[in-house]
Amino acid sequence: MKKNGFKAWLYLLPAVIFLGVFMLYPLIDVFVYSFEEGYNSASQTYYGVGGYNYDYVLHDPYFMQALRNTFILVIITVPLSTGLALLISLALNSIKKLRMAFQTIYFLPYVTNTLAVGLVFMILFKKTAYSDGLVNVLINLFGGGSVDFIDGPYWAKMFVLCFYTIWIVLPFKILILTSALASVNETYYKAARIDGTSRWRMFTKITLPMISPMIFYLVITGFIGAFKAYSDSVALFGTDLNAAGMNTIVGYVYDMLYGDSGGYPSYASAAAIILFVIVLTITVINLMISKKKVHY
Amino acid sequence: MKARKHILTVLIYILLSVWGIMVLFPFYWMLLTSVKSYGAYNSEYIPEFFTLAPTLENYIEAFTAVDLARYFLNTLIFTVVTTAIMLVVIVPAAFAFSRLDFRGKNAVFTLFLALMMIPNELVIITNFQTITDMGLRNTFTGLILPSVTSVFYIYLLKENFEQIPDELYKAAKVDGTSDMKYLLKVMIPICKPTIITIVILKVIECWNSFVWPRLITDDKAYFLVSNGIEEIRENGFGRENIPAMMAAVVVISLPLIVLFIVFRKKIMEGVSRGGTKG
Amino acid sequence: MKITLKNLTKRFPNRTKNMPDVTAVDNFDLEIPDGKLIGLLGPSGCGKSTALNLISGLETPTEGKIFFDSDDVTDVPPELRGIGLVFQNYALYPHLTVMQNIIFPLENLKGNKKLTKEQMKRKAEEAAKLVQIDGLMERRPSELSGGQQQRVAIARALVKTPRVLLLDEPLSNLDARLRLRTREEIRRIQRETGITTIFVTHDQEEAMSISDLIIVMKDGKIQQTDKPQKVYDDPKNLFVAKFLGTPAINVFVGSIKHGKVFIGDDPVMPVKGIENRPVYVGIRPEGFIPDENGGLKCKLVGVEVMGRDTSIISNHYALEGETIRAIVDSDQAPDSESGEIRFSVKPHKLFIFDKETEERIYINNED
Repeated sequence: MKKNGFKAWLYLLPAVIFLGVFMLYPLIDVFVYSFEEGYNSASQTYYGVGGYNYDYVLHDPYFMQALRNTFILVIITVPLSTGLALLISLALNSIKKLRMAFQTIYFLPYVTNTLAVGLVFMILFKKTAYSDGLVNVLINLFGGGSVDFIDGPYWAKMFVLCFYTIWIVLPFKILILTSALASVNETYYKAARIDGTSRWRMFTKITLPMISPMIFYLVITGFIGAFKAYSDSVALFGTDLNAAGMNTIVGYVYDMLYGDSGGYPSYASAAAIILFVIVLTITVINLMISKKKVHY
Repeated sequence: MKARKHILTVLIYILLSVWGIMVLFPFYWMLLTSVKSYGAYNSEYIPEFFTLAPTLENYIEAFTAVDLARYFLNTLIFTVVTTAIMLVVIVPAAFAFSRLDFRGKNAVFTLFLALMMIPNELVIITNFQTITDMGLRNTFTGLILPSVTSVFYIYLLKENFEQIPDELYKAAKVDGTSDMKYLLKVMIPICKPTIITIVILKVIECWNSFVWPRLITDDKAYFLVSNGIEEIRENGFGRENIPAMMAAVVVISLPLIVLFIVFRKKIMEGVSRGGTKG
Repeated sequence: MKITLKNLTKRFPNRTKNMPDVTAVDNFDLEIPDGKLIGLLGPSGCGKSTALNLISGLETPTEGKIFFDSDDVTDVPPELRGIGLVFQNYALYPHLTVMQNIIFPLENLKGNKKLTKEQMKRKAEEAAKLVQIDGLMERRPSELSGGQQQRVAIARALVKTPRVLLLDEPLSNLDARLRLRTREEIRRIQRETGITTIFVTHDQEEAMSISDLIIVMKDGKIQQTDKPQKVYDDPKNLFVAKFLGTPAINVFVGSIKHGKVFIGDDPVMPVKGIENRPVYVGIRPEGFIPDENGGLKCKLVGVEVMGRDTSIISNHYALEGETIRAIVDSDQAPDSESGEIRFSVKPHKLFIFDKETEERIYINNED
């Protein structure tokens, strides 16, 4: 077959243009922005080049708060959601009746609008003048006192955020793990049963090693996803996340870019790059651990 | 031994049911609240689990007090146009990578794969500036343009295209079929299942997109449903009209839930083949 | 239509860097007569598919020319050469019905060749009738058996009334019974249409049974071009002799000494006019005659009764290969299954090859 270079590039042209303008160029540009000091988006001028933007961001109490919130969210939700997903997937894998029905139900949060369902969570947890909300009613039932989860103490707000985040990310993890479990060859279990292997040993010696690549995949994507948390928080606490004390790094980036405190693309860029560096570091560490632990 | 196994099975079903309720309950609650009247809802200090007097007044309120119909229409336009343009961009690209031979193919493809690793958060800043500079804020063009390419879908489609046997292409060549006709008449129909999966995943993504529209629109005439919901949450229906809010939430969630019920298998397959959330 | 290949050569760049190019087709000089069924035979990887692709125009030759009758078609694109091509895996479009598959090539015709929908349908139906699938027009390929798919592929290749029909391993994906039937079918269709047909296969039996002419290929080179029986009876070299015939020919290390052919130290046959030299001796399985006074002394290993014939399995120290297989009439079968057995040889079933070049050394014992 003749090489038809010109025609091939013609077919690629739309993709190349779009990726160039909206992926490649911005990628370079964001680094440039982050080192331009005192950039003014109206006049598009700046008066120096250096690390001031990073310095500013790292000393901004709002950024530190966002950083802390994000880390807490990551540390709580990633292990918890992965563990819970594993538990549910194992349970799903051990039953035959209603399996498909449960799987379908569990997947539902994946296709829902984060913002819209977030509102439902808000009214379930919110304490208003009219009602303490359903969750508080339940707490009262068990003898506890009412807590305002939306406008109340920090730990309560963090709890709702983590809860909602787990609710949102679980469908994907359950789906991946159930298909990973289903693909473990039956013969391994048959052989193990003939050898009189206990259930626990089967789980730790056969199941876990066999699905370990998928678990690590979920942990890695889980970390990346959780570090980029934003919409869930907005859904629960509104757009003024700094005031609610529930901002995340991504939220900080957007606030810096646009919104009431916006108009500072340089600060936004610096914050975005800090986030990227954190995510990259964690991912590399994850990959190094997984190289050691994953068996194939 | 048998009794123990029995108990375990029961425990498993209980566990699964508990999580099932956790998942379904918010949906039930929004549906329930949306049919309670404003007065009834606010008079319930302890929320009722049923209502004996369902009403549609909240749905009327949702469509009249805020411009829900417009948000809905905007999202529909945004979703349809973005998905359509995306197909025009990714199908030829996947075809070029899978079927045509040209210099630098491997280098370009590697670059494409590398772009897959770049988080959206990093490029959105410049895109915001670009669109603003072009004066495209509060336009559909501004909303749509940065959302039309997906390296991942190009990759997915290319893999699928490559599974079509070489002989089919040779047979078509012998018959004098042009590359374009081969793509349209043979490759696309054969890969229809994958293309449908990609379209569905993209539709879900479009329908739920929030961050970019929020940055690029502040004129309510261009709000998408996510921004509409946020607007309703912040500024409400004048007063804290939770039932009306829930009616709006039901209306917004419904299309995707229907889509999910219809294409349940395709969506779950597609997502497990590499979709991620966020 | 007559096809002429002149010095046709195709070289591919080596997959490993800095290695010489791979020559898939090496200097083909060939004339394919009009209206015949030609079998292009060779082991896999010998370049026969490349040769076919060159004739079809899917590949362009590195050197040489291709003529269809007197037209030079070397640089003519495939669609203008007037060829039909059938693939091993049929290459039917899975999303189209049988009818749509057969019509597909016709839809590409342009200009004054353009056909109306009615004409296309009629032509497709004619082609379908020819290969006897006219009752399956609305099915999809996945609803057809392998043999039926093969017929659809042939119909699709024939619908444009091509000047040449090219079949690339068309029977390999069929089971044994269907293979027999389909090859007769291909023979019949070729006779009925009179289209010059080239048939690529690695199965010598298939090539022998239906071809008018066999081209044997190895490592990109033509080894022999002849009628099937002639290729079998009169192989030009050791490769051709070994490649044709089941059971395969028995090859021994031997020598010519003083006007006699020796296998090891056993004298087998007198020859004239060949000087003393080391040779390979090939004997077809049917060339052995059990004979108490025969020169070839073998160790009997077993006897397989096959009804009409009997296959005697034995061993000889000068043999290249595992065992000697001799096919004899049942009444000539030995009584025991072990011990020594002696053979004499039918002269026209014995071939001598040069030890170095493996070329055939012809014997002329007539005068």
